[in-house]
Amino acid sequence: MKFIVAIFLHAFLAFAVGLYSQFPWWLFVGTSGVVAFFIMDSPAKSFFAGFLGVGALWAGLVTGKDLANAHLLSSKVAQILPLGGSYIALIIVTGVVGGLLGGFAALTGAYMPSKSTK
Amino acid sequence: MQISGLAFNYKNLYYLKKNLNFSAQSIDMRIVPFIISAALTTGLVAVLNTPLSVGKTKTPRLGYFLSPQQGFWQNAEPENKSFDANIVVDGLQDKVEVLMDERLVPHIYANNDNDAYYTQGFLHAKFRLWQMEFQTYVAAGRLSEIVGPDRIATDRFFRRLGMLEGAEATMKKMANNPALQAAVTSYANGVNAYIKSLQPSQIPFEYKLLDYKPEAWTPIKTYLFLMFMSYDLTGRGTTTDLQMTNSKNYFGYEDFNKLYTNVQDSLDPIIPKGTLYEKASVAALAPASLDSLYFAKTSSVAPNAPEAPNKNNGSNNWAIAGTKTKSGKPILASDPHLGLNLPSLWYEVQITTPTHSTYGASFPGSPAVIIGFNDSIAWGVTNAGRDVLDYYDIKFKDTTMEEYWFNGAWQRSVIKEERIKIKGQPDSIDRVAITALGPVMYDKSYNANGSDGKYLAVRWTAQDGSSGLQTFYELNRAKNFDDYMSAIHHWTCPGQNFAFASVSGDIAIKQQGAFVARWNRQGDFIMPGQDSSYLWQGMIPASENPMMKNPERGFVSSANQMSTDSTYPYYLGAANAFPLYRGIIINKKLNAMFGVTPLDVQALQTNNDNIFAEMARPAIFKFLNESSLNADEKKYLGYLRNWNLRNDVDEIGASVFRAIWDSLEVAVWADEFKSAALPLQWPDESTLLEQMLKDSVILFEDNITTPNVRETMVDAVTAAIKKATPQLAQMEKDGTLAWGAYKDTRVNHLLKIPSLSRLHLPIGGGVHIINATTGNHGPSWRMVVHLVDGIEAYGVYPGGQNGNPGSKYYDSFIDSWAAGKYYRLLFLSKEAAKQNSQFKWRLTFTNS
Repeated sequence: MKFIVAIFLHAFLAFAVGLYSQFPWWLFVGTSGVVAFFIMDSPAKSFFAGFLGVGALWAGLVTGKDLANAHLLSSKVAQILPLGGSYIALIIVTGVVGGLLGGFAALTGAYMPSKSTK
Repeated sequence: MQISGLAFNYKNLYYLKKNLNFSAQSIDMRIVPFIISAALTTGLVAVLNTPLSVGKTKTPRLGYFLSPQQGFWQNAEPENKSFDANIVVDGLQDKVEVLMDERLVPHIYANNDNDAYYTQGFLHAKFRLWQMEFQTYVAAGRLSEIVGPDRIATDRFFRRLGMLEGAEATMKKMANNPALQAAVTSYANGVNAYIKSLQPSQIPFEYKLLDYKPEAWTPIKTYLFLMFMSYDLTGRGTTTDLQMTNSKNYFGYEDFNKLYTNVQDSLDPIIPKGTLYEKASVAALAPASLDSLYFAKTSSVAPNAPEAPNKNNGSNNWAIAGTKTKSGKPILASDPHLGLNLPSLWYEVQITTPTHSTYGASFPGSPAVIIGFNDSIAWGVTNAGRDVLDYYDIKFKDTTMEEYWFNGAWQRSVIKEERIKIKGQPDSIDRVAITALGPVMYDKSYNANGSDGKYLAVRWTAQDGSSGLQTFYELNRAKNFDDYMSAIHHWTCPGQNFAFASVSGDIAIKQQGAFVARWNRQGDFIMPGQDSSYLWQGMIPASENPMMKNPERGFVSSANQMSTDSTYPYYLGAANAFPLYRGIIINKKLNAMFGVTPLDVQALQTNNDNIFAEMARPAIFKFLNESSLNADEKKYLGYLRNWNLRNDVDEIGASVFRAIWDSLEVAVWADEFKSAALPLQWPDESTLLEQMLKDSVILFEDNITTPNVRETMVDAVTAAIKKATPQLAQMEKDGTLAWGAYKDTRVNHLLKIPSLSRLHLPIGGGVHIINATTGNHGPSWRMVVHLVDGIEAYGVYPGGQNGNPGSKYYDSFIDSWAAGKYYRLLFLSKEAAKQNSQFKWRLTFTNS
């Protein structure tokens, strides 16, 4: 249950701070750290919650954008990056990048020294 | 600095130590994994937030670029996006309504002119912001700021050419013209209103890719953009004057004058042969030292200019009188041939205010319509090709360039320090000397190897600024011939042929610009710059520029050929700036056309007949010794013989002709030009063809690399066919022998990124052909206007209205353009537009 709640919170907070595009794009690293800090799960679980929460958010958001756009831009970017023009590969890469950041941020939060763990 | 830095470091160490002590005491062993994971997270963020070097290029900041809420995904425009909007801005006088048609062309309905230009600026920015800013960065010599150190030479080139000075001079001239100044200011305010409204996540794709941000728009950027167009259309002299100097020095003036002849036997000038001209009112006297200092061999130069405008920059336009049309009303056609880019140079717009209602192609970066029509008249432009740029060889006292020798005394130059910002590097300072003969382009610090230690100052009419925007401003509002004449009177640079037609039935064409009154060959080579004898002696009065109104033959036309025959009392400039053949075929076809309809004119504009090949094919066969050819060679010769002389997409004969002709040029010229070891321009194709047609002795037909054999033209033609054959056989094997594949037309993104470009377009045409489409160059806006009441107009350009590569409107016209299809242009009143089913969206602009 904790795990599910964590995933949801990672995604929700990352989305919320992402709405403010005048702030740095990586602000969700902070929110994911905070989520893991307070949810207090094992480091491994925290990592996966962050990975899945942010990763699913990123992959989900861009899949929506990409479908509405009929893969027009993603196919072009997937040639620049270079992913052989595959929009699916680009969506996966996007999800993994978001996921890794969310995961490591959560891991850091989980390891954060706090009074209660002493 | 150093001391305090040390102190700071020391303090840090101190705290770190204290922390370590603390953690050791508090015995929370999770501190180690915490530090490791925090470091990993920070490192990951840092790596994903930094552009990484891959080969010579840099990646975007990948985390930012991929971020769904900030990165490029935000530019993926939904296919079914609605462009409806109620936009609240500052600085409008009244409410403005914009109706967007299904092709995303805005029709602006405003209650006053300034509000209309404000809205035009807003819309240009909304759909083309990156491009319009990028172009002005290039013009201002600021490209390094965006792309890094690779383009410093380009930045120095444009700064030394005087682009910024020209834009500033234009801005000063605007002060005398409050109405136009207000238009440019309103336009800038509109652009800035859009930039201000822009969320960081919504900035155009290319900013995210190159990782920078839009800056505020200013009127000077509009003038810089117009300077860039002047450069694109008159700047070839920056390269050709040097190459011609080299050719003259290498071959000697006598041979030079034959190779780069100013006589074109087949010329059909814009103003028909036999027209009588008044005596020149401005006399240009050649200096006494001409033979010894100018035509004689001087030292050669070989700088590598980082930029040169495309040789094929040119255009077609014509206007057909009612006497030759089916309706009895004139038809005007215009298609400027320029580099084909995405986002396109052009943006369609309709501007309707109480003072005027105008439709046409506009430049993102400038207010008003540039090529178009209103309810009374239509106009189109082609490049005049006249030489308005010269080099002077300056003698400086020493390398500081502070004093130069002129008219028997040392004169002080102005030294300008150009600060060039470079992405990821410290600024670079370029020191430029400005003399009375222009800014110094080449000196010891810029291309010194190539310029042989010379100091070359460049004098260009565009440096003086221009009130050219006034021309378009007035043409947008012109009602009749007199308005057209007074509008184009303001035009200075680049020289253009303005074709005109009116609903009231007039047609006209005038070559207009600030043209130097030159003595024969003045400025074709680098000129001595030590006294005033080689300076420009005056400008040709506008009233003496070539012009024609309502001629007997029922049409006017231009296609960049020489505007007049040799009886015109001024020197037009070296003939190799004036392509011959499109003018010949356009006039030939127009002469033969009667009962013309807009559809006929579209067919003419997209016509692929190759008049050059029509003249050259018999010349090739004349010098052919077929018995020396093998079976393969005869096979390709057969394609040439049976070819219908059209450069359509599927024609094989067109490719065979081009390959053989190119090989022939190599067979005749390459031996001489290779041994020169200097950058030389090859003679025009017409030079070789006209000699072959004339039966005279052909220059350089002998191959000088075979001293014991005296080759003739027959040998050259045979060699050409033998050389072209394996190349053609290879193409046949690869399936690229058909003309469309051989030519391989593409529309490149401005950053030349293939996936943002459109490649391998199925379109015919080529050099010397009315449909002047070559590899990456061609008709950039095709327009046909039938001047009936209410106007019937057609147009298409190779691009799309939305500059966003993530929009389906990014390249939505390209397939129609390639297929030679046109769109009916919707030129309607607001009431009619609201009733029309082809209008899809409505944007309102109100003041906050």
